[in-house]
Amino acid sequence: MDSPRHVGKIRELVYELKVEAVMTRKLITLAPEAPMSGLRSILKSNRISGVPVVSGQTLVGLVSVEDFINWLAQGGRDCPVGERMSREVRTLSPGEPLVHAIGKLEQYGYGRLPVVDGERLVGLVTKGDIIEGLLQEMQVNSREEEELHRYRASHFFEDMIADRLTVNFQYQVRGKTIEQGGEVASDLKRSFKRLGLHPEVVRRAAIATYEAEMNVIIYAREGTVDVSVDPETIHIIVRDQGQGIPDIQQALQPGFSTAPDWVRELGFGAGMGLPNIRSCARSLDITSEPGQGTTLRISIPLEPERVCA
Amino acid sequence: MTISWVLEILDAELLTGQGAEGRELASACGSDLMSDVLCLRSAPNLLLTALTNPQCVRTAEMAEIAAICFVQGKKPPAETLELARRNGLPLLATGLSMFTACGRLFAAGLRCCGEGA
Repeated sequence: MDSPRHVGKIRELVYELKVEAVMTRKLITLAPEAPMSGLRSILKSNRISGVPVVSGQTLVGLVSVEDFINWLAQGGRDCPVGERMSREVRTLSPGEPLVHAIGKLEQYGYGRLPVVDGERLVGLVTKGDIIEGLLQEMQVNSREEEELHRYRASHFFEDMIADRLTVNFQYQVRGKTIEQGGEVASDLKRSFKRLGLHPEVVRRAAIATYEAEMNVIIYAREGTVDVSVDPETIHIIVRDQGQGIPDIQQALQPGFSTAPDWVRELGFGAGMGLPNIRSCARSLDITSEPGQGTTLRISIPLEPERVCA
Repeated sequence: MTISWVLEILDAELLTGQGAEGRELASACGSDLMSDVLCLRSAPNLLLTALTNPQCVRTAEMAEIAAICFVQGKKPPAETLELARRNGLPLLATGLSMFTACGRLFAAGLRCCGEGA
């Protein structure tokens, strides 16, 4: 996903998400009668910088590190926190949008804001809670989006009415470094998942395309990948104008390779590419002219059990 | 076996995929040849490799491998980390050799995919 879309999504989410969705509900609170001398260990052991003070369930104040320091500076004579707490506490309500919480935290320079329902304390929101809540929502959102894509597309073949139906995907492999190899296979895989194809079929098509794409990058630098899907079969045609294959039967032998060392160092060129494509497909047809280029025709049935590898 | 257990057994570090420590890994394989990994009938959940270029992440993506562990103290370049983050793929790194790493996991009960326990 691109980042401008992410930024736009976050902007939407701060208006959509409510305070109650991100607030911490498990709270550490103090009663107004609690001794000020006990505050330090509570802050330290919970790694927090302030504690809401409640009487029954009603929020009556907030006591923070700052109040503690002031108390120490003024002699540190023990007293109930009720005497040293800040009574004028800015609060949020559970139904407010996150953007209000962010605005208030900014405006008052607070690290945390208590959330009250009426007068009852129900939660606490920190900047950390907001960030975590947004990130989680972003994750859920992108998963939902992917599912929606998949749902819409998975009915495609059932919904279209035609005597003959074919979906075409075209990709260019051009000017790619070997490190970028796999982008076509990756895009194709995502599209096939959205089409709702069987996971095993998607895996086979992705692997076959990936191997073929790597071959194009290694031996021919550029080429095209044309994929067509009909209700029975995936046809993948990979064409390049590279050096060609002098002996196709030999090239199909597992382990036979003409790859230079730098390709082997990248984990490819072990002579498994074409055999691998063949084992993923129902049929692999190779035509090649030395010096002219190579064309691979790969077909994979949409029903996984019909693959005879 | 969970990722967090693998991290412990291999004395490994989690480079990407924080939060996925609880993910279950039922099988593993060790190889530096990506085509050998791709030709396995059923993909392993964990790939151990000394290969750190982005192609190992691509291989994992195509073959539906759930996590990769780099052996021999190899640290992947930024492009590999970036691609793994984008794909939500946990990457682990151990200082152990391939042989020792595989040996420890095998001893702990992890098996190759498609082979009996």
